[in-house]
Amino acid sequence: MQPPSEHVHWLFATGFLLLGLCLLGEVIVGTEVWRRRAWRKYLWPGLAFALGVLMWPVMTFYTNSAIHMLAHGAWAQMLMIAGAAELGLARGKLQSQWWRLAVTAGFLVSGSALLVHEQNSWFFQRSSFLHHLMGWTIVIAAVFPLARAIRPRSQVAAAGFALTFVVASVMLYCDRDVAPVFGHISELAGQPHR
Amino acid sequence: MNAELVSELKAPLRRAATRARIVSALGPTTALGGIGWALVQPYRITLLHPRGQGFWWLFVEPPLLVIAVALFFQFAVLPGLLEDLEEEHATAE
Repeated sequence: MQPPSEHVHWLFATGFLLLGLCLLGEVIVGTEVWRRRAWRKYLWPGLAFALGVLMWPVMTFYTNSAIHMLAHGAWAQMLMIAGAAELGLARGKLQSQWWRLAVTAGFLVSGSALLVHEQNSWFFQRSSFLHHLMGWTIVIAAVFPLARAIRPRSQVAAAGFALTFVVASVMLYCDRDVAPVFGHISELAGQPHR
Repeated sequence: MNAELVSELKAPLRRAATRARIVSALGPTTALGGIGWALVQPYRITLLHPRGQGFWWLFVEPPLLVIAVALFFQFAVLPGLLEDLEEEHATAE
C-alpha cells in the first residue's frame, strides 16, 4: 500500500498550495486581521511542524540510498525546529524576532536536502530537473524568511515568503517518476510511464 | 463636512474593499487553474479511465486536489476572514 513517490510529491504539493494561499491571505488582509482567530494564528507554524513530522515516514520508507535517508532525516528535524520556533512565537512563549531565523535555516536545509539527494544531472529526467530547480529556488528564497526576521512588517518579504510555497507546490505537482523534461531523458532513466 | 476630511475617511474604506476583493479572488483563481489543468491534461485525472488503476492512482488526482484546495479556502477560510476584515474596519471607524 506504499504510494509511488510521485504521489507523495503531489500530496505535499497540496499541503504547500493550501499553506501558500493562507499565507497570501495573511499578506492581503494584514497580520492583525489574520490573527483574530486562534486557529489561523497557529496554521502556518502548525503545518510547518506537521510537514516535519510527515517527513519521517518519507525518510523511513523511501530509502533509495543512504544520502536519501540522511537528507530526509535532516530535513524532518529542521522543519520541526522551524515549526516549533514559529509556534513559540505565535503563542508568545518566545519573544525575540530572531527566532524567525529558524525558518531561514529551515529553507536552507530543505533546499540543500533537495539538491544533495538528487544525484543525477538536471536533464537526466523530469524529477531530477525539478529537484535541482526546487532546491535552488528554496535556497535563494531563504532571503524572504531572513528579511521577515530583520523587518517583520515588510510586505515584500511576506509576499515573497507566501509565493515561495505556491511556486514550490507547482513544481511538486509537475513531478513524475520517469518522464522527459523539455524533450530530454537519459537512456539510464528507464521507460517513461506515460 | 470638509471635502478633504470625507476623502480621508473614504480611503480606509476603499482599502478594505480592495483587500476583500483581492482575497476573495484567491479561491476562484486557484480553482480556475485546476480546471484549466484538467482540460489541458485530462489524462492526469485517472478517474476518467479507472480500469486497471491501483488505489493511489485513483485516490491522488492532482488537478482535483488543486480544485479541492481552492474550495476549502473559499468555503472554510474566506468567510471568517471577510467577517474579521469588516469587524476590523468597523472598529477602526
